[in-house]
Amino acid sequence: MEKKTVKPENIQSILATDCGSTTTKAILIEKQGDEYRLVTRGEAPTTVEAPFEDVTKGVLNAVKEVEELRGRTLLNEDKIISPQKGEAGVDIYISTSSAGGGLQMLVAGVVKAMSAESAERAALGAGAIVMDVLASNDGRMPHEKISRIRHLRPDMILLSGGVDGGTISHVVEMAELLRAANPKPRLGINYRLPVIYAGNKKAAPEIEKNLGEVTDLSVVPNLRPVLERENLGPARDKIHDLFMEHVMAQAPGYKKLMDMTHAPIMPTPGAVGSIIQVIARDENISVVGVDIGGATTDVFSVFKDPDSDEPVFNRTVSANLGMSYSISNVLAEAKLENILRWVPFDINETDLRNRIGNKMIRPTTIPQSLEELKIEQAIAREALRLSFVQHKSFAVGLKGVQKERTISDTFDQSSTGETLVNMMDLDLLVGSGGVLSHAPRRHQSARMMIDAFLPEGITQLAVDSIFMMPQLGVLASVHEKAATEVFNKDCLLRLGTCIAPVGSVKPGKDFVTVKLELPEGKVFNQTIPFGDMILIEAPYTPVKAEIIPVRGVDVGDGPGNAIQTTIYGGLVGIIIDARGRNPFILPPNPADRVQKLQVWSQAVKEFES
Amino acid sequence: MAHAYTPGLKVLAKTMLTKTRRLPLKGNVKVKKGDLVKADDIVAHTDLPGNVFPVNVANFLNVDPSELDDFMIRKEGDVIRKGDILAETKGIFGLFKSSVKSPVAGTLDSYSKVTGQAIIRENPIPVNIHAYIDGVIDEVIPEEGVVIRTTAAFVQGIFGIGGERRGAIKILTDKPGDTLTADLIDDSCKGKVLVGGAFMTLDAFKKAEKIGVEGIIVGGFNYKDIKDIVGYDIGVAITGEEPVQTTLIVTEGFGEIPMAEQTFNLLKDHEEEVASINGATQIRAGVIRPEVIICLDEIADNKIKSADVKGMDIGTVVRVIRAPYFGLLGEVTELPHALQKLESGSMARVAKVKIYKQNKEVMLPRANLEIYETK
Repeated sequence: MEKKTVKPENIQSILATDCGSTTTKAILIEKQGDEYRLVTRGEAPTTVEAPFEDVTKGVLNAVKEVEELRGRTLLNEDKIISPQKGEAGVDIYISTSSAGGGLQMLVAGVVKAMSAESAERAALGAGAIVMDVLASNDGRMPHEKISRIRHLRPDMILLSGGVDGGTISHVVEMAELLRAANPKPRLGINYRLPVIYAGNKKAAPEIEKNLGEVTDLSVVPNLRPVLERENLGPARDKIHDLFMEHVMAQAPGYKKLMDMTHAPIMPTPGAVGSIIQVIARDENISVVGVDIGGATTDVFSVFKDPDSDEPVFNRTVSANLGMSYSISNVLAEAKLENILRWVPFDINETDLRNRIGNKMIRPTTIPQSLEELKIEQAIAREALRLSFVQHKSFAVGLKGVQKERTISDTFDQSSTGETLVNMMDLDLLVGSGGVLSHAPRRHQSARMMIDAFLPEGITQLAVDSIFMMPQLGVLASVHEKAATEVFNKDCLLRLGTCIAPVGSVKPGKDFVTVKLELPEGKVFNQTIPFGDMILIEAPYTPVKAEIIPVRGVDVGDGPGNAIQTTIYGGLVGIIIDARGRNPFILPPNPADRVQKLQVWSQAVKEFES
Repeated sequence: MAHAYTPGLKVLAKTMLTKTRRLPLKGNVKVKKGDLVKADDIVAHTDLPGNVFPVNVANFLNVDPSELDDFMIRKEGDVIRKGDILAETKGIFGLFKSSVKSPVAGTLDSYSKVTGQAIIRENPIPVNIHAYIDGVIDEVIPEEGVVIRTTAAFVQGIFGIGGERRGAIKILTDKPGDTLTADLIDDSCKGKVLVGGAFMTLDAFKKAEKIGVEGIIVGGFNYKDIKDIVGYDIGVAITGEEPVQTTLIVTEGFGEIPMAEQTFNLLKDHEEEVASINGATQIRAGVIRPEVIICLDEIADNKIKSADVKGMDIGTVVRVIRAPYFGLLGEVTELPHALQKLESGSMARVAKVKIYKQNKEVMLPRANLEIYETK
């Protein structure tokens, strides 16, 4: 297709697709007056596999659905008409992709907690699934590492190690292991595996000597040039370039798709990450975003580094925690009793295991009965919880950094590498992915996020309305205004605010008093006992709030201190979660637990009565 | 409107089938286009590079890596036996020498004057690829493998464990709804591929494995029993390399679900004939289903083709693949265009299906239906 570029200010229409592992989703955005709005969406099965083996067929089917729903022509046979002429065609077409298993990388560094961890952060930030992290000190014998490398068959390897000008022998040793293993790429046996070297620049010639002939080596600036600083940008950019050149070029039909798009195809998680960063920057807030898919769950966060006060972005991917392909792995990792604790009725263990197994082998099925839905949402809570546990342990400050301490630090001997995720500081929690975006009632999405993430203090909740953050992420790279407008007006649905005091008292005792000045002059003033959940319906408008916890309980300003602030309602409203935090405990007795789950469910209007 | 449907599992009485048999690395193809091959014939061969053992010679000798040339006894490319001296210091007047011996037999691949590390590569591991099915070589992929064509009866399962095996089919249950219990298995089952009904007990599987049964094809199995067999939870449905002696193929799903009658009858029609089976399953990119191939005793004919993949339509025979009605067959009688609300509250595209067994019409989400391909 001949690609004529239209000036950003003249763009009238945008078509964006996301080629997922099972479904290709298309959205159409049009300029209406001065603003960009989502007008329709369509979807079709992804066609990377036999018998089609051409991703563009699924794209064209999804676009065809958009065409039919919108009632205007976008395609001329199998080509997207561009630029827009009258009512036909669109001005730009862009796409993300996670089809074919996404981008799978192997990461290697010297010190596990330093260069290897920075390299892992670079790969994850670029949207990759990290298959393994090798390091000189990871406790494995060299021959074990070699056999691991040979076994994995990644799409790409990122090698790092050493600060610039430091000792080279360790990183060269890792390169020697890579050469000895002679790794093969996952797709196709006829091309050399791309390897990116982003370590000590002094070692580059030796790395070239070891890997130059056996791999397709690229050398980029060190991602940890000094211990105190990461420089992940060049490595991330290189990963994106190679993703396009090698990985995508091997996947069926991608060469055609690359010709069709007006901007480089982004790995789906990379695109979601960039939109999360845009929200955090524009609103100057801390954000946690989660995208729970069928195979993987991605968690994104932006929190301020307490040392530098700079926002730090982190992404983790839990490669085997998801709601269809990986659902049995959620059971294996979370254990049955943790899933059962969220099921609000009695169920036989063998039956539950078989139902989960059947969802794994028939991943595209949907719950038809309410009972099946409740089971899926119980599993989702555990998938989200486990992904977030992994994220918190990864989203940490740089390790190995020397800190200057003063006398005032004597009693605060915090070590380097502490988690940046502070739930009390969290302003906004955003959920995306099928189980959250397509829950029959938004109240269910709010409950799933609260139960899984256990927000503390005051936290706003939102969901991606129809699961379109990936497309908006790539759009942000070519037309930020359009991406932001659609994101705020059509994508991000504000569910409301969760007020969750931290601490505990005896069940039934007073826990927190909440006074709210609601719209139309209504006032809410109630003391909530420990163990309850309450929903106050309120739209997305400012609500003056005074929150007074009992002694020892914290809502954000220290134990026992009241706070006055402005909060927002939303599609669900304001949820007061007085079930306590740190610890959060569900009744151990199954009958009591089922009864409590039902009470909370009714209080928050999770299901239609 | 674009079609969203789940392609069904195939149960085909006679079809032209091709199988690609590919080496993991480049090697030699042993046959040529047009050759007739038997399942046990070797069609391609390669040598996988041997395992690699690094030995840090400089550390062992306590010398600087840059001086390694002075101490190495063996040179790059030398063939080495286990225990051979790789490098040695000169000692004092020939005494107090330090030396480094090879931990394995193989070849000295390289040594590094930066890290002091020597790499010893063990002898290559030969890999033979068998034909797996009787047929004719349809295509030779130079240095990589072949495509074999055959005419066969072909059944796909939904989930399996264990790899490629062969054996004569033996039907153990009278009806597709019966349970395959341990008492039905005896020594006559050794080397066979057993066919059961709706469910197999864990005891039955264990007994079959002990007796030396090659494979079992059954409608349903308990998911929790898989862990007992393989020793770990299968979290993601990527299987085929489990350490089991008997390959298991589940045709319907987990729990007690009668094997589809067409599947049961087809296998019954071929009792005592040899089947090539494979439990390998991959329900992700590049879907692989477990399979049963019974080669028919006739020259491979490339004219028989299975019906083209079509969308769901009025009259399409479907199988329900989720509760309620899980496992039942029916016929699509209506495909409403608009989304409809399910009991769960979700809005979904639905189909009206006449469930054969219950002779009643029910509204079911299209996502929970699978097209039943029997032609």
